[in-house]
Parts: sequence; structure tokens; C-alpha cells
Amino acid sequence: MVNPNTNLKVEAEEVPVAEEAPVKLEINDLTIKYGQHTALKGVNLEIREHEVFGIIGPANAGKTSFLKSINRMDTFDTNMSVEGQIKFNGLDIQDLKNIYALRSRIGVVFPLPVGLPLTIYENVALSPRLRGINSKSELDVIVERCLTRAALWDEVKDRLNSLGSLLSGGQQQRLTIARALSQDPDLLMLDEFSIAVDPVTTMRIEDVLKELKKDMTIILVTNLVQQARRLADRTAFFLENECVEVGNTEDLFTGEVKDQRTRDYVEGKFG
Amino acid sequence: MPEASSTKLASTADFDRRDLDWYIDKVVQLIVFFAGISAIIFIIGIFVFITMEGLGFLFEDFTFKEFFLSPFWEPSDEDAPEYGILALIAGTASVTGLAMIVAIPFSLGAAIYIGEFATGKVRETLKVLVELLAAIPSVVWGFIGLSIMNPLIIDLFDVPVGLNVLNAGVILGLMAAPIMTSIAEDALKAVPDRYREAAEALGATRWQVIFKTVLPAAKNGLLGAVLLGVGRGFGETMAVLMATGHAVNIPGSLFDPVRALTATIAAELGETAVGSPHYQALFTIGIFLFIITFLINLTADLIVRGIRKG
Repeated sequence: MVNPNTNLKVEAEEVPVAEEAPVKLEINDLTIKYGQHTALKGVNLEIREHEVFGIIGPANAGKTSFLKSINRMDTFDTNMSVEGQIKFNGLDIQDLKNIYALRSRIGVVFPLPVGLPLTIYENVALSPRLRGINSKSELDVIVERCLTRAALWDEVKDRLNSLGSLLSGGQQQRLTIARALSQDPDLLMLDEFSIAVDPVTTMRIEDVLKELKKDMTIILVTNLVQQARRLADRTAFFLENECVEVGNTEDLFTGEVKDQRTRDYVEGKFG
Repeated sequence: MPEASSTKLASTADFDRRDLDWYIDKVVQLIVFFAGISAIIFIIGIFVFITMEGLGFLFEDFTFKEFFLSPFWEPSDEDAPEYGILALIAGTASVTGLAMIVAIPFSLGAAIYIGEFATGKVRETLKVLVELLAAIPSVVWGFIGLSIMNPLIIDLFDVPVGLNVLNAGVILGLMAAPIMTSIAEDALKAVPDRYREAAEALGATRWQVIFKTVLPAAKNGLLGAVLLGVGRGFGETMAVLMATGHAVNIPGSLFDPVRALTATIAAELGETAVGSPHYQALFTIGIFLFIITFLINLTADLIVRGIRKG
């Protein structure tokens, strides 16, 4: 079986995050609508390889819709329409014939953990199985590696065959991360992952993300501005269905902003 | 302010007032209560009734060995009547078994299409149509078995008679499929969308999402749907009476006529003398059917409830 993903995979060299790092994702004039309602309009930005790209902003600013458009989840919602151009590794994703191949390159972590109603082992082995990996020994290696990287292995190694949906919220969220990692993704998108997670687990997951950055590009949507400050190299501020500005995270937090609204949001004057 | 406090006292007296609204409320509560428990009363009543009617046979002519293990159902033999229901059980079981082989792929396929693929108007229309199919009277199905399936089977397979296991099994399968579809679709709908989204985000195709995530998550509900179909098959009378050929026979092939437990009661009860051993034996079959269908439905219900909680 030919792996349909190979043409999308770009060799991940050890590239330091710098202005010159190659562009992973190029967004041109992106507008997302749900029926008559506009969820996001006129977004232009670039996300570079091996950076943690933060997206901050209050609820209903269009952050989740933005993520959905990137892995073409618009096909899941018949009401959702996407205009503009999204280039992933230089390829326009609207032109792709096999959106499943695109999705398999992109790991997603949802706001509320979704432990699939399968065993812990099968939750992590599902994506490799979908890619056609069926040998038990190979899967064992992948499952252990992904659970270890998601800082969950020690807690679950003795009960890999119990149901994933029975884990605690924080554990399920790490299981979701392990599952995303089992895709061996180029891009990991986290959508307010810490909403249902206690602070200690949040810090553990943040440490995990700092490690993962070496191997992949990360988009971190968060409503905790301090989380963006701790993790993101660059940050975009979304407000009222628009991308207000994009800049180096440190600049945004030290007041070097182009737009007054960004300063107000970061300083907690609203939101 | 004495005036204010006296108004207060007057209003506490109001708390004991029994006006019209109060009585209406009590009466409605009583009516609803009896309507609610009437199901239980009727079930117990029916069970007590058929048990009383069958009791004489159970204590006199009934022998466990003959009743369940003899293939001879000859209750009107004057000299040596025999009351063996083995052939009838075989008839009911073979027809129900074939019906499930027909109905399970049909109903699961329909449920998956309606629940997972169809959208908007198509979906709503199909759901209404399936409900309509479930409401077709069984005698109509029996008529289809007699007048359409019968000549069709004779032509297709070159057999002398087309009223047999095949005919009744297919008819019963088509009859049971709509209700099974409806329940299976409920089970699929009970699977939260976030499971589908999560699996799709992994890059799973529509079919992979359904096969690896949705079906495993819905498996209890689907099993419940199948069991309800089995219960329907055991209890169905009219269509089975018309399509099986109604011959007491342990079937050796799909083309053998058989007779079902239910059809036996329907066909013979009117011609027996009330209180005779034959009459009572039919009620004993009734007790047996009652227990079987009750157990099947109970199991199905427990399984379906299981998913709601989990």
C-alpha cells in the first residue's frame, strides 16, 4: 500500500526558529462564514516551521474556526464555508484531492479531552493502524513512545487495556496529545487544551510542548494570555472575527504593539 | 405596622385552602398514576390469565419430555393425542433466524446511511418512511408472502410450493428491518459528535470513522436493536401463518414448509373446546412464548439502557 501522505511530508531538518525559517503555513485573505454569519474575515499571516505560534483572544473571536479551516474540518460542517487561500508546505489545501492525507499530517487537541471509547492502547494505535501499520511490535513501540512523550506512560503503562474514556480529565487530555503524536504530525494544533485540566497537569503539558517544538510546528490557541507568553514565539491577537495583529510574543507583552486593543487585552482591561 | 402583619396572617391561612385548582391537580395526578401503572397491571393480568387457562394441562397431560422434545403435534388425535412442540419451535427458530440474516445487513446499512451520511431533507424523509414501513400491518406482509413471494419462489427455484422457511424468513426480515433500523439509528445518534471529529482529525476516512469509532461506541445499542428484531420474529403471527405453509415439520432445507408457535395458537384456538386439553395446551404454548419474548425484550432493554448510562 502506498502511503498517500508522503507527498505532503517535508523533510524536517533541525531548523532554529528565526525570521528566515521556512514557511509552514501561509494564510492569505482567509474568510470563514457559517451561513450568513462571518466568523473570521480577511486574515493574512504566516506560520514558520518549528515555532510555537500562539493565538489569543476572547471567546467567539474566530480562533477555533481558524483551526478548523486548516485541517479542512469544514467538510464536517455543511454550513461552514471557507474563502481565501491556505498553503500548507506550499500546497494550496483547497486543491487537495485527499483531505484525509492532509488531516493525518496535522495533530489536533480539542478543548475538552476526547478519549475515544477504545482502550488506552487502541486510542494511540488507531492512527498508525489507519496508516496501515498492523504489526504488534511496531505498534508497541509507537504507543510507548507517544505516551512517554505526552508524559502519561508512567501512569498508564500497567493498564493499557482499560478504556481511555475512564481516565481523569487531565490524563485524557495527555492521551489526546499522545494520540495526536501517534500521527507523527508536521503540525500540532492545540485548541485551549487547558480548559478542563488542573494547573499542575497544564504545566506538565506545557513542558511537553516545549520539547515537541523541536520536531514540529505548533499552533497554540489559548484564552490564557500568560500561557501564550510562556510558550509562543510569535502570537496573533484575534478580536471580533478579525486578526488584529501578529507579532513576536515578547513585543506584544512589553507594549510594543501596533494596535491599542492588543495592549488593552494583554493587560487584562477586557476579555 | 399592625395592618401589614394582619395581611400576613390572612395569607398564611391561604396555605391550607383547597380550591378548584387543588382538586384538579389531585385528580389529574391520580389519572396519570393509573395510566402509568396500567402497563404493569396489564402485563401481570395477561400472564395470570394465560397461566390459569393453561394450568389444567400443565398438571395433567403435560410431560416436559413430550412437550419440548416430541416433534409430533397431534392434539386432535382421538385415541392418543400428542402435544410435542419441538417442530413448532424449530419452525419459529428457523424463520426468525433467516429473518435476522435478511434484516441485520439491511437495517444496519440503512441506519448507517440515515445516521451518518444522509443530511437535511433526505435524512428527514427517510426517517419518516422507515417509521411508515414499520407501521405496515402484518397481514399485508402475509399477503405479499402469499401472492408475490410464493409464485416467485416457485419460478426461481423450481419447487412445487413457495410457502416455506425462505418465504416467511424473507417476509419477516423485511418486517423487522424498519423497527431495527429506527433503534440502530438512535444508537448511532447517541454517539457524541466529538468522537467523529476526533477520528476525522486523525485523518480517518468516513468509513474508517464509522467502522473504528462509531460502531464500537454504539455496539450495545445495535445489539439491542437486533434483539428487539428477534423478539419481533418470535412474536409475529399473521405474516408467518400465511407464508410458512403451516405444516408441522422440522425443516431440512429452506424450501420446507414449517409451522410457527404463534401461528399454531392463532389457527387452532378458535376450533377447540374451551377447557379441553388441546385448548389448555395452546395456552401452555402461550406461556412459553410469553416467557421467551419477555426475556428477549428484557435483555434488549437492559443492554440499550446500559449505553445510555455509560
